[in-house]
Amino acid sequence: MSPAHRLITLLGVLAAVLVLAGAVALFVGSAALSPRAVLDAVTGRASAESVERVVTLSIRFPRIAVAILAGGALAVAGVAFQALTRNPLAEPSVLGVSAGAAFGVVIGQSLGLGPGLLQAAGLTAFAFAGALLAAAAVYLIAAAGRELRIQTLLLAGVIVGIFFSAAITVVVSLLDFNRLGGVIHWLLGNLAPIPPRPLALFAALLAVGFGLVLAHARELNLLALGEESARQLGVHAERLKLVIFVGAALLTASVVAFAGPIGFVGLIVPHALRMLVGPDNRLLVPASLLGGGVFLLVADTVARTIVAPAELSVGVITAFCGAPFFVWLLRTRYRGSV
Amino acid sequence: MSPPLVELRGVGFAYPASGEGRAHPFRLADLSFEVGAGEIVGVLGPNSAGKTTLIRLLTRVLEPATGSIVLEGRPLRRWRSAELARRVAVVPQGVPPQFPFTVEELVLMGRYPHAPDRYFETQVDRASAHAAMEATSVLEFATQRLDSLSGGERQRAVVARALAQEPRLLVLDEPTAHLDLRYQAETAALLRRLNHERGVTILLVSHDLNLAAEVCDRLLLMAGGRQVAVGPPEAVLNEALLATAFGCEVTVEKHPTTRRPVVQPTWRADAPSIGRGDAPTTKGG
Repeated sequence: MSPAHRLITLLGVLAAVLVLAGAVALFVGSAALSPRAVLDAVTGRASAESVERVVTLSIRFPRIAVAILAGGALAVAGVAFQALTRNPLAEPSVLGVSAGAAFGVVIGQSLGLGPGLLQAAGLTAFAFAGALLAAAAVYLIAAAGRELRIQTLLLAGVIVGIFFSAAITVVVSLLDFNRLGGVIHWLLGNLAPIPPRPLALFAALLAVGFGLVLAHARELNLLALGEESARQLGVHAERLKLVIFVGAALLTASVVAFAGPIGFVGLIVPHALRMLVGPDNRLLVPASLLGGGVFLLVADTVARTIVAPAELSVGVITAFCGAPFFVWLLRTRYRGSV
Repeated sequence: MSPPLVELRGVGFAYPASGEGRAHPFRLADLSFEVGAGEIVGVLGPNSAGKTTLIRLLTRVLEPATGSIVLEGRPLRRWRSAELARRVAVVPQGVPPQFPFTVEELVLMGRYPHAPDRYFETQVDRASAHAAMEATSVLEFATQRLDSLSGGERQRAVVARALAQEPRLLVLDEPTAHLDLRYQAETAALLRRLNHERGVTILLVSHDLNLAAEVCDRLLLMAGGRQVAVGPPEAVLNEALLATAFGCEVTVEKHPTTRRPVVQPTWRADAPSIGRGDAPTTKGG
């Protein structure tokens, strides 16, 4: 089967799973709605002010949309950072980029940016600046030697992550100590419904980041051979790295601004897909968009039902899956290289 | 007479003094030689002779500080990257292990410079990759992952990737490093076949003096960033020149069947402590 056929098959299967997971997520939640009531709301038979209509269309549906968008963005950012650093364990939260973006968001909020379209755009800009700052710091620390070694990069990411988490706590403590609990909750990664216009902005930002990565998927394969080999094959390696760096930071920043720093999605999803289709980024990048959506949607559905009527942060679920997965990867696949 | 495929005129290069952690920053000076179309030229020399730097200069990963490099009569800096990659292909020493592609996926990467804007390869690309895998006898491994192959098989897959670029000049960086004797013989046969059947010009960069003597039409001997000698193997593989370049005494004889030069270090009892090949029993005392 040619790669194009494999890609179409894979995307077809993932899209079907995504629709199925979305349908399930629409029917479950802490408000006790019968399947009948949900169907009435979706098909427009319920009245505009009815509970089922408000819960289904204004709470569950936007939350499902946020989960799919955020999951897709994080998974694609994971693939991009892995290709960029030639490190299969790289990922926005492991690299500290999520923490940098979260610091940007907290600074933005401290300046009074709240909900609303323009404010959301402003927060994303702050998150983007924070993400770039953190990624640049990690790169400068890790690239102090002659080559970017896997363990140095991971350590640099952890250190930068801790630094920005500490900085967030300082900023929040100084401004409004009572908010600290809420911020810690948010730092774990939490999905909440977003109004339609900011949701559209979120989707548009993801489209830009995804487009940047997808357009260079073939070059990213060549970069896996090493920068020198990629250049000898005609790749403009410096430009490629800059574009992917910006694209991955934008994806991470948007997710952090609209949903919070959810960890490990960018590690779990690309690896699971690699086991299915191998390391070809031309398959991985588009498949991660859908696969990430499926994963975070399922994780969020579990998070809001497993301790009902209370809810867990989705970041708790992804961390509980991601941390053991990371350890397993370290001990099996990358034993020799780490 | 047609112009040489590649021509170096007074090429010099120096790495920046800081950052590389070297006490004496490496310099390459006054390199002048040419490679004619259809030739097999060997580049020989000890460690830090400048062999790798020469490859980087030829593929424009580095720009010369002085002098000029001319490919097919046009200065190298005037070539576009993809265009250059369709003329000059490099076989590196290995493939990084992090992302284990299959042999076919690797070989198809060689098609990139032929259409960099395309997302997937075409039938023409697949046919070229197929032919390249056939030429290096890795077709049977096409769907296998690189990390499941032996060192020699993997190296042949990398050669196939370079052949898929359909280059005029194939540059091999230490193709026999870390590989056993049988593979060295296979490499010699493969290079000759590629040169005869596909008309590929070959630049063989190697430590392996005997492999180079066996397959090369001409040799360039380098040491300490300078060119020591250029010429046919019989002229360059000369005891005095090699002693200067490598800083140790060697014996050059004629191979009993091929009549090509064969180089061996001169094993001497009073040589410095390492390399006493005649006394294996003393090992480990």
